[in-house]
Amino acid sequence: MNFAPETSIDIASAVNRATAPSAEPKLKVDKLNFYYGDNHALKNINFEIPEKRVTAMIGPSGCGKSTLLRIFNRMYQLYPGQRAEGKILFDGADLLSKDLDSTVVRSRIGMVFQKPTPFPMSIYDNIAFGVRLHERLNKAQMDERVEWCLRKAAIWEEAKDRLHTSALGLSGGQQQRLCIARTIAVRPEVILLDEPTSALDPISTSKIEDLIDELKQEFTIVIVTHNMQQAARCADITSFFYLGELIEVAASNEIFTNPREARTRDYITGRFG
Amino acid sequence: MASLARRRATDYTVKAISVGFAALSLVLLAWILWTLVARGLPALGPHVFTQITAPPGAGGGLLNAIVGSLIQIGVALVIGTPIGLMCGTFLAENGRGTQVGNAVRFVNDVLLSAPSILIGLFVYQLLVVPFGGFSGWAGAIALAIIIIPVVVRTTEDMLNLVPIGLREAAFALGAPQWKVVTFITWRAGRAGIVTGILLAVARAAGETAPLLFTSLGNNGWSLSLDAPMASLPIAIYQYAASPFEDWVALAWAGALIITVGVLTLNILSRLVLAKMK
Repeated sequence: MNFAPETSIDIASAVNRATAPSAEPKLKVDKLNFYYGDNHALKNINFEIPEKRVTAMIGPSGCGKSTLLRIFNRMYQLYPGQRAEGKILFDGADLLSKDLDSTVVRSRIGMVFQKPTPFPMSIYDNIAFGVRLHERLNKAQMDERVEWCLRKAAIWEEAKDRLHTSALGLSGGQQQRLCIARTIAVRPEVILLDEPTSALDPISTSKIEDLIDELKQEFTIVIVTHNMQQAARCADITSFFYLGELIEVAASNEIFTNPREARTRDYITGRFG
Repeated sequence: MASLARRRATDYTVKAISVGFAALSLVLLAWILWTLVARGLPALGPHVFTQITAPPGAGGGLLNAIVGSLIQIGVALVIGTPIGLMCGTFLAENGRGTQVGNAVRFVNDVLLSAPSILIGLFVYQLLVVPFGGFSGWAGAIALAIIIIPVVVRTTEDMLNLVPIGLREAAFALGAPQWKVVTFITWRAGRAGIVTGILLAVARAAGETAPLLFTSLGNNGWSLSLDAPMASLPIAIYQYAASPFEDWVALAWAGALIITVGVLTLNILSRLVLAKMK
Protein backbone atom coordinates (compact mmCIF):
# COMPACT_ATOMS: atom_id res chain seq x y z
CA MET A 1 0.00 0.00 0.00
CA ASN A 2 2.64 2.41 -1.02
CA PHE A 3 0.44 5.00 -2.60
CA ALA A 4 2.80 7.95 -2.18
CA PRO A 5 6.19 6.60 -3.10
CA GLU A 6 8.14 9.88 -3.12
CA THR A 7 6.62 12.37 -0.77
CA SER A 8 8.83 15.26 -1.62
CA ILE A 9 7.06 18.52 -1.09
CA ASP A 10 8.58 21.88 -1.66
CA ILE A 11 7.25 24.17 1.00
CA ALA A 12 9.31 27.22 0.20
CA SER A 13 6.52 28.74 -1.84
CA ALA A 14 3.95 27.91 0.79
CA VAL A 15 6.03 29.54 3.47
CA ASN A 16 6.58 32.61 1.38
CA ARG A 17 2.92 33.04 0.84
CA ALA A 18 2.13 32.42 4.49
CA THR A 19 4.73 34.56 6.17
CA ALA A 20 7.64 36.87 5.73
CA PRO A 21 10.58 35.74 3.59
CA SER A 22 12.18 32.63 5.04
CA ALA A 23 15.83 31.80 5.33
CA GLU A 24 17.31 28.29 5.33
CA PRO A 25 15.06 25.73 7.02
CA LYS A 26 15.86 25.17 10.69
CA LEU A 27 15.28 21.45 10.34
CA LYS A 28 15.50 19.57 7.08
CA VAL A 29 14.27 16.00 7.06
CA ASP A 30 15.83 14.02 4.25
CA LYS A 31 14.59 10.54 3.22
CA LEU A 32 13.75 9.61 6.79
CA ASN A 33 12.56 6.10 7.63
CA PHE A 34 11.73 5.00 11.13
CA TYR A 35 11.14 1.59 12.65
CA TYR A 36 9.69 0.35 15.92
CA GLY A 37 11.26 -3.10 15.72
CA ASP A 38 9.78 -4.49 12.52
CA ASN A 39 7.07 -1.87 12.27
CA HIS A 40 7.89 0.65 9.57
CA ALA A 41 6.40 3.73 11.22
CA LEU A 42 7.67 6.55 9.02
CA LYS A 43 8.14 6.08 5.31
CA ASN A 44 10.56 8.16 3.33
CA ILE A 45 9.75 11.52 4.87
CA ASN A 46 11.10 14.68 3.26
CA PHE A 47 10.15 17.78 5.17
CA GLU A 48 11.45 21.24 5.94
CA ILE A 49 10.75 23.22 9.07
CA PRO A 50 11.35 26.96 8.71
CA GLU A 51 12.95 29.05 11.42
CA LYS A 52 10.82 31.13 13.81
CA ARG A 53 7.56 29.82 12.46
CA VAL A 54 4.97 27.51 13.91
CA THR A 55 4.75 24.25 12.01
CA ALA A 56 1.85 21.96 12.86
CA MET A 57 1.71 18.22 12.25
CA ILE A 58 -1.77 16.74 12.08
CA GLY A 59 -3.16 13.34 11.21
CA PRO A 60 -5.08 10.45 12.74
CA SER A 61 -3.64 8.52 15.69
CA GLY A 62 -0.78 6.27 14.70
CA CYS A 63 0.09 8.29 11.59
CA GLY A 64 3.63 8.94 12.80
CA LYS A 65 3.45 12.62 13.69
CA SER A 66 4.47 12.16 17.33
CA THR A 67 7.11 9.69 16.21
CA LEU A 68 8.67 12.31 13.98
CA LEU A 69 8.56 14.86 16.78
CA ARG A 70 10.37 12.46 19.08
CA ILE A 71 13.08 11.91 16.49
CA PHE A 72 13.87 15.63 16.40
CA ASN A 73 15.16 15.58 19.97
CA ARG A 74 16.39 11.98 19.80
CA MET A 75 13.89 10.79 22.40
CA TYR A 76 13.60 7.52 20.46
CA GLN A 77 17.19 6.68 21.34
CA LEU A 78 16.13 5.97 24.91
CA TYR A 79 14.40 2.86 23.62
CA PRO A 80 16.34 -0.03 22.14
CA GLY A 81 14.59 -1.45 19.10
CA GLN A 82 13.63 1.94 17.73
CA ARG A 83 15.75 3.09 14.85
CA ALA A 84 15.89 5.85 12.30
CA GLU A 85 17.44 5.88 8.83
CA GLY A 86 18.07 8.90 6.68
CA LYS A 87 19.09 12.39 7.66
CA ILE A 88 17.76 15.31 9.61
CA LEU A 89 19.82 18.41 9.08
CA PHE A 90 19.77 20.86 11.96
CA ASP A 91 21.67 24.00 11.06
CA GLY A 92 23.59 21.84 8.62
CA ALA A 93 24.58 19.05 11.04
CA ASP A 94 22.95 15.62 10.92
CA LEU A 95 20.81 15.16 14.02
CA LEU A 96 20.87 11.41 13.69
CA SER A 97 24.67 11.20 13.60
CA LYS A 98 26.34 9.52 16.56
CA ASP A 99 28.87 12.35 16.68
CA LEU A 100 26.27 14.67 18.11
CA ASP A 101 25.75 14.39 21.87
CA SER A 102 22.11 13.74 22.79
CA THR A 103 22.26 16.06 25.79
CA VAL A 104 23.43 18.91 23.56
CA VAL A 105 20.79 18.17 20.93
CA ARG A 106 18.10 18.19 23.61
CA SER A 107 19.30 21.46 25.09
CA ARG A 108 18.95 23.08 21.65
CA ILE A 109 15.70 21.32 20.74
CA GLY A 110 13.37 21.36 23.73
CA MET A 111 10.16 19.43 24.16
CA VAL A 112 6.85 19.84 25.99
CA PHE A 113 4.72 16.75 26.43
CA GLN A 114 1.04 15.96 26.23
CA LYS A 115 0.59 15.54 29.95
CA PRO A 116 2.08 18.19 32.20
CA THR A 117 5.20 16.71 33.79
CA PRO A 118 6.23 18.93 36.69
CA PHE A 119 9.16 17.49 38.66
CA PRO A 120 8.45 16.73 42.31
CA MET A 121 10.20 19.86 43.55
CA SER A 122 9.53 23.58 43.88
CA ILE A 123 8.51 25.76 40.94
CA TYR A 124 11.87 27.49 41.13
CA ASP A 125 13.81 24.22 41.15
CA ASN A 126 11.79 22.86 38.25
CA ILE A 127 13.32 25.61 36.16
CA ALA A 128 16.74 25.67 37.79
CA PHE A 129 17.17 21.93 37.21
CA GLY A 130 17.29 22.31 33.44
CA VAL A 131 19.35 25.50 33.49
CA ARG A 132 21.99 24.00 35.80
CA LEU A 133 22.51 21.15 33.36
CA HIS A 134 24.03 23.51 30.83
CA GLU A 135 25.08 26.71 32.56
CA ARG A 136 26.67 27.86 35.79
CA LEU A 137 24.68 30.80 37.08
CA ASN A 138 24.94 32.57 40.40
CA LYS A 139 21.89 33.11 42.56
CA ALA A 140 20.99 36.50 41.10
CA GLN A 141 21.39 35.30 37.52
CA MET A 142 19.29 32.24 38.25
CA ASP A 143 16.56 34.37 39.86
CA GLU A 144 16.57 36.53 36.78
CA ARG A 145 16.37 33.53 34.46
CA VAL A 146 13.50 32.02 36.42
CA GLU A 147 11.53 35.27 36.26
CA TRP A 148 12.34 35.72 32.58
CA CYS A 149 11.07 32.33 31.51
CA LEU A 150 8.04 32.40 33.79
CA ARG A 151 7.08 35.75 32.27
CA LYS A 152 7.62 34.36 28.78
CA ALA A 153 5.36 31.46 29.61
CA ALA A 154 2.72 33.82 31.01
CA ILE A 155 2.71 32.26 34.44
CA TRP A 156 4.83 34.73 36.42
CA GLU A 157 1.89 36.54 37.98
CA GLU A 158 0.40 33.29 39.24
CA ALA A 159 3.69 31.79 40.39
CA LYS A 160 5.78 34.66 41.75
CA ASP A 161 4.51 34.38 45.31
CA ARG A 162 4.92 30.64 45.50
CA LEU A 163 8.20 30.00 43.70
CA HIS A 164 9.48 27.86 46.52
CA THR A 165 6.41 25.72 46.97
CA SER A 166 5.91 22.40 45.22
CA ALA A 167 5.07 22.58 41.54
CA LEU A 168 2.65 19.72 42.07
CA GLY A 169 0.28 22.20 43.73
CA LEU A 170 -0.33 24.07 40.48
CA SER A 171 -3.39 23.42 38.33
CA GLY A 172 -3.01 21.36 35.15
CA GLY A 173 -2.91 24.42 32.92
CA GLN A 174 -0.40 26.15 35.18
CA GLN A 175 1.72 23.02 35.28
CA GLN A 176 1.80 22.91 31.50
CA ARG A 177 2.86 26.56 31.30
CA LEU A 178 5.53 25.79 33.90
CA CYS A 179 6.74 22.97 31.65
CA ILE A 180 6.91 25.42 28.76
CA ALA A 181 8.79 27.88 30.98
CA ARG A 182 11.18 25.13 32.01
CA THR A 183 11.85 24.31 28.37
CA ILE A 184 12.37 27.96 27.43
CA ALA A 185 14.71 28.47 30.40
CA VAL A 186 17.34 26.31 28.74
CA ARG A 187 17.12 28.73 25.79
CA PRO A 188 16.65 26.20 23.01
CA GLU A 189 16.35 27.16 19.37
CA VAL A 190 13.48 24.79 18.62
CA ILE A 191 10.52 23.90 20.84
CA LEU A 192 8.62 20.70 20.14
CA LEU A 193 5.08 20.59 21.49
CA ASP A 194 3.44 17.17 21.61
CA GLU A 195 -0.31 17.78 21.89
CA PRO A 196 0.38 20.33 24.62
CA THR A 197 -3.25 21.22 25.29
CA SER A 198 -5.03 17.90 24.92
CA ALA A 199 -5.18 17.44 28.71
CA LEU A 200 -6.28 21.03 29.41
CA ASP A 201 -9.52 22.95 29.70
CA PRO A 202 -10.49 25.57 27.06
CA ILE A 203 -9.24 28.57 29.05
CA SER A 204 -5.83 27.04 29.68
CA THR A 205 -5.75 25.96 26.05
CA SER A 206 -6.35 29.46 24.79
CA LYS A 207 -3.63 30.82 27.10
CA ILE A 208 -1.17 28.33 25.69
CA GLU A 209 -2.19 29.15 22.12
CA ASP A 210 -1.58 32.86 22.79
CA LEU A 211 1.75 31.86 24.23
CA ILE A 212 2.70 29.92 21.11
CA ASP A 213 2.03 33.06 19.10
CA GLU A 214 4.37 35.03 21.35
CA LEU A 215 7.08 32.43 21.37
CA LYS A 216 7.48 32.18 17.62
CA GLN A 217 9.15 35.60 17.67
CA GLU A 218 12.16 33.88 19.19
CA PHE A 219 11.81 30.17 18.73
CA THR A 220 11.11 27.70 15.97
CA ILE A 221 8.03 25.78 17.02
CA VAL A 222 6.79 22.39 15.91
CA ILE A 223 3.43 21.31 17.31
CA VAL A 224 1.63 17.99 17.06
CA THR A 225 -2.09 18.38 17.55
CA HIS A 226 -5.31 16.48 17.12
CA ASN A 227 -7.22 19.70 17.18
CA MET A 228 -7.47 21.07 13.64
CA GLN A 229 -8.83 24.41 14.77
CA GLN A 230 -5.72 24.72 16.89
CA ALA A 231 -3.48 24.06 13.91
CA ALA A 232 -5.45 26.58 11.88
CA ARG A 233 -5.23 29.19 14.65
CA CYS A 234 -1.62 28.76 15.70
CA ALA A 235 0.39 27.37 12.84
CA ASP A 236 1.90 29.15 9.88
CA ILE A 237 2.44 25.86 8.14
CA THR A 238 0.50 22.65 8.54
CA SER A 239 1.54 19.18 7.48
CA PHE A 240 -0.76 16.20 7.18
CA PHE A 241 0.50 12.70 8.00
CA TYR A 242 -1.28 9.48 7.22
CA LEU A 243 -0.13 5.89 7.81
CA GLY A 244 3.47 6.92 8.25
CA GLU A 245 3.62 9.15 5.22
CA LEU A 246 3.72 12.88 4.82
CA ILE A 247 0.77 13.51 2.54
CA GLU A 248 0.71 17.25 2.23
CA VAL A 249 2.33 20.33 3.65
CA ALA A 250 1.24 23.89 2.97
CA ALA A 251 0.51 27.23 4.56
CA SER A 252 -2.21 26.63 7.15
CA ASN A 253 -4.82 28.89 5.55
CA GLU A 254 -4.27 27.02 2.33
CA ILE A 255 -4.37 23.46 3.61
CA PHE A 256 -7.55 24.10 5.58
CA THR A 257 -9.38 25.91 2.79
CA ASN A 258 -8.05 24.32 -0.33
CA PRO A 259 -6.12 21.07 0.25
CA ARG A 260 -4.50 19.52 -2.80
CA GLU A 261 -4.81 15.92 -1.70
CA ALA A 262 -8.11 14.07 -1.42
CA ARG A 263 -6.97 12.34 1.79
CA THR A 264 -6.17 15.66 3.40
CA ARG A 265 -9.58 16.96 2.48
CA ASP A 266 -11.26 13.83 3.86
CA TYR A 267 -9.38 14.18 7.13
CA ILE A 268 -9.96 17.85 7.74
CA THR A 269 -13.61 17.56 6.88
CA GLY A 270 -13.89 14.73 9.40
CA ARG A 271 -14.56 11.88 7.02
CA PHE A 272 -12.00 9.64 8.75
CA GLY A 273 -9.53 9.73 11.57
CA MET B 1 -29.46 -12.35 34.36
CA ALA B 2 -29.59 -12.60 38.11
CA SER B 3 -32.42 -10.83 39.82
CA LEU B 4 -31.79 -7.72 41.85
CA ALA B 5 -32.55 -9.55 45.10
CA ARG B 6 -30.05 -12.24 44.24
CA ARG B 7 -27.35 -9.79 43.33
CA ARG B 8 -27.95 -7.98 46.62
CA ALA B 9 -27.69 -11.27 48.49
CA THR B 10 -24.39 -12.09 46.74
CA ASP B 11 -23.10 -8.62 47.49
CA TYR B 12 -24.08 -8.97 51.14
CA THR B 13 -22.50 -12.41 51.50
CA VAL B 14 -19.20 -11.41 49.92
CA LYS B 15 -19.07 -8.24 52.02
CA ALA B 16 -19.82 -10.19 55.18
CA ILE B 17 -17.09 -12.73 54.42
CA SER B 18 -14.44 -10.09 53.71
CA VAL B 19 -15.37 -8.03 56.77
CA GLY B 20 -15.31 -11.20 58.84
CA PHE B 21 -11.82 -12.19 57.76
CA ALA B 22 -10.54 -8.64 58.09
CA ALA B 23 -11.85 -8.62 61.65
CA LEU B 24 -10.29 -12.03 62.36
CA SER B 25 -6.84 -10.89 61.25
CA LEU B 26 -7.16 -7.70 63.28
CA VAL B 27 -8.21 -9.68 66.34
CA LEU B 28 -5.18 -11.96 65.96
CA LEU B 29 -2.89 -8.96 65.64
CA ALA B 30 -4.45 -7.25 68.63
CA TRP B 31 -4.15 -10.47 70.61
CA ILE B 32 -0.45 -10.77 69.87
CA LEU B 33 0.13 -7.14 70.76
CA TRP B 34 -1.92 -7.46 73.93
CA THR B 35 -0.01 -10.55 75.10
CA LEU B 36 3.23 -8.79 74.33
CA VAL B 37 2.28 -5.70 76.31
CA ALA B 38 0.71 -7.65 79.17
CA ARG B 39 3.80 -9.83 79.66
CA GLY B 40 6.48 -7.42 78.54
CA LEU B 41 5.43 -4.25 80.31
CA PRO B 42 5.68 -5.63 83.87
CA ALA B 43 9.14 -6.96 83.02
CA LEU B 44 10.34 -3.59 81.77
CA GLY B 45 12.31 -1.42 84.10
CA PRO B 46 15.39 0.74 84.10
CA HIS B 47 17.55 -2.31 84.75
CA VAL B 48 16.62 -3.71 81.33
CA PHE B 49 18.36 -0.77 79.66
CA THR B 50 21.23 -0.28 82.11
CA GLN B 51 22.45 -3.77 82.95
CA ILE B 52 23.92 -6.55 80.91
CA THR B 53 23.22 -10.25 81.06
CA ALA B 54 23.49 -11.74 84.52
CA PRO B 55 23.13 -15.27 85.86
CA PRO B 56 19.58 -16.40 86.59
CA GLY B 57 18.27 -14.89 89.80
CA ALA B 58 20.91 -12.13 89.85
CA GLY B 59 18.86 -9.50 88.01
CA GLY B 60 20.59 -8.25 84.92
CA GLY B 61 19.19 -6.63 81.77
CA LEU B 62 19.41 -6.42 78.02
CA LEU B 63 21.83 -3.55 77.53
CA ASN B 64 24.44 -5.64 75.72
CA ALA B 65 21.76 -7.18 73.50
CA ILE B 66 20.17 -3.85 72.65
CA VAL B 67 23.48 -2.19 71.81
CA GLY B 68 24.66 -5.28 69.90
CA SER B 69 21.49 -5.29 67.82
CA LEU B 70 21.79 -1.57 67.08
CA ILE B 71 25.41 -1.94 65.98
CA GLN B 72 24.78 -4.96 63.77
CA ILE B 73 21.68 -3.49 62.18
CA GLY B 74 23.45 -0.18 61.66
CA VAL B 75 26.40 -1.84 59.91
CA ALA B 76 24.03 -4.05 57.89
CA LEU B 77 22.12 -0.95 56.82
CA VAL B 78 25.27 0.84 55.73
CA ILE B 79 26.39 -2.20 53.72
CA GLY B 80 23.02 -3.31 52.39
CA THR B 81 21.26 -0.07 51.47
CA PRO B 82 23.64 1.19 48.76
CA ILE B 83 23.88 -2.25 47.16
CA GLY B 84 20.12 -2.76 47.25
CA LEU B 85 19.39 0.75 46.08
CA MET B 86 21.79 0.59 43.16
CA CYS B 87 20.64 -2.88 42.13
CA GLY B 88 16.98 -1.89 42.30
CA THR B 89 17.74 1.23 40.31
CA PHE B 90 19.55 -0.81 37.68
CA LEU B 91 16.58 -3.13 37.35
CA ALA B 92 14.10 -0.28 36.98
CA GLU B 93 16.14 2.07 34.80
CA ASN B 94 18.32 -0.20 32.66
CA GLY B 95 17.24 -3.76 33.23
CA ARG B 96 13.68 -3.71 31.98
CA GLY B 97 13.14 -6.51 29.50
CA THR B 98 16.85 -7.31 29.21
CA GLN B 99 18.27 -10.77 29.84
CA VAL B 100 20.68 -9.54 32.50
CA GLY B 101 17.84 -7.68 34.19
CA ASN B 102 15.58 -10.72 34.20
CA ALA B 103 18.36 -12.91 35.58
CA VAL B 104 19.17 -10.45 38.37
CA ARG B 105 15.48 -10.07 39.21
CA PHE B 106 15.05 -13.83 39.37
CA VAL B 107 18.07 -14.33 41.62
CA ASN B 108 16.85 -11.52 43.86
CA ASP B 109 13.43 -13.12 44.16
CA VAL B 110 15.09 -16.37 45.16
CA LEU B 111 17.17 -14.53 47.75
CA LEU B 112 14.06 -12.75 49.01
CA SER B 113 12.34 -16.02 49.77
CA ALA B 114 15.42 -17.96 50.89
CA PRO B 115 15.09 -19.23 54.47
CA SER B 116 17.12 -16.92 56.64
CA ILE B 117 18.86 -19.85 58.33
CA LEU B 118 20.50 -20.58 54.96
CA ILE B 119 21.87 -17.06 54.87
CA GLY B 120 23.29 -17.65 58.35
CA LEU B 121 24.95 -20.89 57.20
CA PHE B 122 26.27 -19.20 54.06
CA VAL B 123 27.94 -16.42 56.05
CA TYR B 124 29.18 -19.02 58.53
CA GLN B 125 31.00 -20.84 55.73
CA LEU B 126 32.14 -17.59 54.14
CA LEU B 127 33.34 -15.61 57.15
CA VAL B 128 33.18 -17.56 60.40
CA VAL B 129 35.03 -20.72 59.35
CA PRO B 130 37.88 -19.04 57.38
CA PHE B 131 38.45 -16.33 60.02
CA GLY B 132 38.26 -18.77 62.86
CA GLY B 133 35.46 -17.37 64.96
CA PHE B 134 32.04 -15.83 65.38
CA SER B 135 31.97 -12.07 65.03
CA GLY B 136 29.77 -8.98 64.90
CA TRP B 137 30.95 -8.49 61.32
CA ALA B 138 29.60 -11.87 60.29
CA GLY B 139 26.27 -11.06 61.96
CA ALA B 140 26.07 -7.65 60.30
CA ILE B 141 26.84 -9.09 56.88
CA ALA B 142 24.24 -11.82 57.31
CA LEU B 143 21.69 -9.11 58.18
CA ALA B 144 22.86 -7.07 55.17
CA ILE B 145 22.08 -10.08 52.97
CA ILE B 146 18.57 -10.10 54.49
CA ILE B 147 18.20 -6.37 53.80
CA ILE B 148 19.50 -6.29 50.22
CA PRO B 149 16.76 -8.25 48.40
CA VAL B 150 14.01 -6.34 50.22
CA VAL B 151 15.55 -3.01 49.25
CA VAL B 152 16.14 -4.19 45.67
CA ARG B 153 12.53 -5.25 45.28
CA THR B 154 10.93 -2.17 46.83
CA THR B 155 13.29 0.20 45.03
CA GLU B 156 12.51 -1.40 41.69
CA ASP B 157 8.77 -1.44 42.35
CA MET B 158 8.74 2.18 43.50
CA LEU B 159 10.82 3.41 40.57
CA ASN B 160 8.57 1.51 38.18
CA LEU B 161 5.70 3.57 39.54
CA VAL B 162 7.42 6.79 38.51
CA PRO B 163 5.82 7.73 35.18
CA ILE B 164 8.00 7.31 32.08
CA GLY B 165 6.87 10.82 31.14
CA LEU B 166 8.73 12.32 34.08
CA ARG B 167 11.97 10.69 32.99
CA GLU B 168 11.40 11.73 29.39
CA ALA B 169 10.76 15.31 30.51
CA ALA B 170 14.12 15.35 32.28
CA PHE B 171 15.90 13.76 29.32
CA ALA B 172 14.20 16.32 27.06
CA LEU B 173 15.95 19.12 28.95
CA GLY B 174 19.26 17.51 28.07
CA ALA B 175 19.95 15.72 31.34
CA PRO B 176 22.34 12.77 31.30
CA GLN B 177 20.92 9.54 32.70
CA TRP B 178 22.64 9.73 36.08
CA LYS B 179 21.08 13.11 36.74
CA VAL B 180 17.67 11.92 35.62
CA VAL B 181 17.96 9.04 38.09
CA THR B 182 19.37 10.95 41.06
CA PHE B 183 17.40 14.19 40.76
CA ILE B 184 14.14 13.03 39.25
CA THR B 185 13.28 9.35 39.60
CA TRP B 186 14.80 8.82 43.04
CA ARG B 187 13.19 12.00 44.23
CA ALA B 188 9.82 11.04 42.81
CA GLY B 189 10.05 7.58 44.35
CA ARG B 190 11.80 8.51 47.58
CA ALA B 191 8.79 8.00 49.82
CA GLY B 192 8.45 4.40 48.71
CA ILE B 193 12.20 3.78 48.68
CA VAL B 194 12.66 5.03 52.24
CA THR B 195 9.68 2.97 53.35
CA GLY B 196 11.28 -0.08 51.72
CA ILE B 197 14.55 0.50 53.56
CA LEU B 198 12.71 0.86 56.87
CA LEU B 199 10.77 -2.29 56.08
CA ALA B 200 14.04 -4.10 55.46
CA VAL B 201 15.49 -2.81 58.73
CA ALA B 202 12.37 -3.92 60.54
CA ARG B 203 12.72 -7.35 59.04
CA ALA B 204 16.40 -7.60 59.88
CA ALA B 205 15.76 -6.39 63.44
CA GLY B 206 13.65 -9.42 64.20
CA GLU B 207 15.82 -12.07 62.54
CA THR B 208 17.35 -14.69 64.79
CA ALA B 209 18.42 -17.45 62.45
CA PRO B 210 21.08 -15.53 60.48
CA LEU B 211 22.73 -14.46 63.74
CA LEU B 212 22.88 -17.91 65.34
CA PHE B 213 25.88 -19.06 63.32
CA THR B 214 27.46 -15.68 62.75
CA SER B 215 27.55 -13.31 65.72
CA LEU B 216 26.45 -16.09 68.09
CA GLY B 217 25.47 -13.87 71.00
CA ASN B 218 27.52 -12.65 73.92
CA ASN B 219 26.60 -12.58 77.57
CA GLY B 220 29.35 -10.09 78.32
CA TRP B 221 29.83 -6.47 77.33
CA SER B 222 31.57 -6.09 73.98
CA LEU B 223 31.47 -3.40 71.32
CA SER B 224 33.98 -5.11 69.07
CA LEU B 225 32.73 -6.26 65.69
CA ASP B 226 35.58 -8.77 65.62
CA ALA B 227 34.21 -10.68 68.61
CA PRO B 228 30.92 -12.51 69.15
CA MET B 229 28.19 -9.95 69.71
CA ALA B 230 24.93 -10.01 71.61
CA SER B 231 21.62 -9.17 69.94
CA LEU B 232 18.01 -8.88 71.03
CA PRO B 233 16.58 -11.75 68.96
CA ILE B 234 19.28 -14.14 70.19
CA ALA B 235 18.77 -12.98 73.77
CA ILE B 236 15.04 -13.57 73.43
CA TYR B 237 15.69 -16.99 71.92
CA GLN B 238 18.08 -17.86 74.72
CA TYR B 239 15.98 -16.47 77.59
CA ALA B 240 12.57 -17.61 76.41
CA ALA B 241 13.70 -21.22 76.23
CA SER B 242 15.27 -21.11 79.67
CA PRO B 243 13.58 -22.50 82.82
CA PHE B 244 14.25 -19.34 84.87
CA GLU B 245 11.37 -17.00 85.48
CA ASP B 246 13.39 -13.78 85.46
CA TRP B 247 15.04 -14.74 82.16
CA VAL B 248 11.65 -15.49 80.59
CA ALA B 249 10.43 -12.10 81.80
CA LEU B 250 13.46 -10.46 80.15
CA ALA B 251 12.60 -12.29 76.92
CA TRP B 252 9.14 -10.69 76.98
CA ALA B 253 10.68 -7.31 77.68
CA GLY B 254 13.04 -7.80 74.74
CA ALA B 255 10.19 -8.77 72.44
CA LEU B 256 8.27 -5.68 73.48
CA ILE B 257 11.32 -3.48 72.85
CA ILE B 258 11.78 -4.85 69.32
CA THR B 259 8.10 -4.43 68.52
CA VAL B 260 7.92 -0.90 69.85
CA GLY B 261 11.16 -0.07 68.05
CA VAL B 262 9.86 -1.30 64.71
CA LEU B 263 6.52 0.42 65.25
CA THR B 264 8.25 3.70 66.11
CA LEU B 265 10.39 3.37 63.00
CA ASN B 266 7.28 2.96 60.87
CA ILE B 267 5.41 5.85 62.46
CA LEU B 268 8.47 8.10 62.22
CA SER B 269 8.93 7.29 58.55
CA ARG B 270 5.31 8.14 57.85
CA LEU B 271 5.59 11.43 59.71
CA VAL B 272 8.79 12.38 57.91
CA LEU B 273 7.34 11.46 54.54
CA ALA B 274 4.15 13.38 55.22
CA LYS B 275 6.28 16.41 55.97
CA MET B 276 8.38 15.95 52.85
CA LYS B 277 5.21 16.07 50.78
